[in-house]
Amino acid sequence: MKNIIFFFLLFSFFLQAKVIEVGINKPLKSIKKAIALAKVDDTILVYKGIYKEGNISINKKITFLGISYPTLDGQKKYEVLSIKADGVIVQGFKVINSGYGTLEDPCGIKVYNRKNVVIQNNILDNNFFGIYIQNGTNCIIKNNKIKASGKQEQLIGNGIHCWKSDSLQVTANTISGHRDGIYFEFVTNSVIWRNISTHNVRYGLHFMFSNDDAYISNVFKNNGAGVAVMFTRRVKMFNNYFEENWGDAAYGLFLKEISDSYIIGNKFSRNTSGIHMEGTSRILVEKNIFEANGWGMKIQASCMENIIKNNNFVGNTFDISTNGSLVLNTFDGNYWDKYEGYDLDKNGVGDVPFRPLSLFAVLTENNPSAMLLFRSFMITLLDKSEKILPSITPDNFIDKTPLMHSLSL
Amino acid sequence: MNRIIKIIFLDILKNKIVLAYTLILALLSWSSFGLEDNSAKGLLTILNVILFTVPLVSILFATIYLYNSSEFIELLLSQPVKRKKIWLSLFLGLSLSMVAAFFIGAGIPLLVNAPDSVGIMMVIVGCLISIIFVALAFLSSILTRDKAKGIGIAIMTWLYFALLFDGLVLFLLFQFSEYPIEKAMVAVTAFSPIDLARIQILLQLDVSAMMGYTGAIFKDFFGTAIGLMVSFMFLCLWAIIPFYISLKKFKNKDL
Repeated sequence: MKNIIFFFLLFSFFLQAKVIEVGINKPLKSIKKAIALAKVDDTILVYKGIYKEGNISINKKITFLGISYPTLDGQKKYEVLSIKADGVIVQGFKVINSGYGTLEDPCGIKVYNRKNVVIQNNILDNNFFGIYIQNGTNCIIKNNKIKASGKQEQLIGNGIHCWKSDSLQVTANTISGHRDGIYFEFVTNSVIWRNISTHNVRYGLHFMFSNDDAYISNVFKNNGAGVAVMFTRRVKMFNNYFEENWGDAAYGLFLKEISDSYIIGNKFSRNTSGIHMEGTSRILVEKNIFEANGWGMKIQASCMENIIKNNNFVGNTFDISTNGSLVLNTFDGNYWDKYEGYDLDKNGVGDVPFRPLSLFAVLTENNPSAMLLFRSFMITLLDKSEKILPSITPDNFIDKTPLMHSLSL
Repeated sequence: MNRIIKIIFLDILKNKIVLAYTLILALLSWSSFGLEDNSAKGLLTILNVILFTVPLVSILFATIYLYNSSEFIELLLSQPVKRKKIWLSLFLGLSLSMVAAFFIGAGIPLLVNAPDSVGIMMVIVGCLISIIFVALAFLSSILTRDKAKGIGIAIMTWLYFALLFDGLVLFLLFQFSEYPIEKAMVAVTAFSPIDLARIQILLQLDVSAMMGYTGAIFKDFFGTAIGLMVSFMFLCLWAIIPFYISLKKFKNKDL
């Protein structure tokens, strides 16, 4: 026992010896000097204050801690924090005012080709790019609050930008006001978990060429164009919220050229379009809630072998819409609040099939101004007769086992 | 004038048809709201009531009532009362009873079950539609002495606004789909009070779809404060103009 205590004391003595303090009332006032003094595995403690030191570059494996959020100010000229060593931990800073540039993408915090970097509990305010992982492996971005007030797409960068990386964990960050909240390009085997991405100029989450990733339990709300997942295979999208993405070309979730993926347990509510699918194949859309959207799902004729089953479609203006007559997808066992069939054998499954595609959805797809007549008595009559004798809508666009009651999801 | 309104209002109440109308509206509204736990179905039911039943009942009842009370009107005319006053009191009495019926029957369940912008908009629009179709009834009943003809005109008017007009608009939309007709279409809606009412409700009810490309044109006009004011002004004009024409005719009519 004595030995253990002795060892522990010794250990903490060693720890203490390696702490370098920076602060207004401390002997050391410059972060740059502290980094220059530090050796591998040292800790630099930065106390509260405003530090305007231009670009701070961390080029050895240290732990970089802020006490009660010291401010690192880039004065709109510099990249604030550059990480150029493996295993660096950055925690508890307030990083503001990075420079603006179109060639170099100056960031709040940028990681250059490194492994095992941890960036957590920071506040990033008014930066061009927030956190940028360039060719990183096994990095963790956690609990950061990233904020900007971008107005135009070209004048603002992304909140969390990850490029050509592997095994990242992006967890519990709050992002708003950037171009894309979270941007993934050529990022593999990574997870995006419990982030809140709101009010971004373009997408809440933008995903390109990023195979084998998962994003789980995130909230994407009120972004310029919702969430876009493109040219990717094997993505898992579980339990996310897609809300209030409104506008001309805004989608809760926009899928383009996606295959072998899973969309399970998400909630799409009050979007112009819940999901817009283009050229997607072999996707399983299961146990999602589509609620109060303009269009629940827009499935273009270029999609094939997708399975849409056990979802709730409630209170959407149109549940489904498409742009052609080719249907290569399966609808199975969904609940549609517009279903008017009966269930004689009381097994919970409607006895007559449901056609989720309404005549008017097809009409407006061809002639958008027809929206003017929506819900008029005339249109309701036309819709009813089309449901009984489909002539304009493809007759194999059908759910043969519609549920009588909504699933409890 | 107040006394004439009171007499007419009480007479309509004694008639019991308006009471039945109120009861049916109430039954329909409460049951459709009670059917499911979300209010969407109930709102849709009431929307159809506003666009379909309310105009029909208002125009038919008011027309028939006017023809049936022609003796009463003649009696009033023998008194030292201005013609304008009589006609206006008749209009106010009838409008008041139709609005009251709508408000008690459909308005209260609306405000209880959907106390948001949709519900409030529907109540306002429903009341306005009641008044507009009472005004149209006044016009159709003054046009001819023949009761059957007058009621026929009323039914035709209703058919035109409830069904034919939309059919025409649909036809125009597809005939001219190659042209940029969106703005023209917005103007065309002003020619039908039912369409004006429907679009105002639509902007509240299907707000998500209206934010999309297809709805954006309408949202840009009707969704703004000016658009809202303009469309309400048009709705009011739809009540005022038919009544004003009927009043002119009534003043000079040889009874």
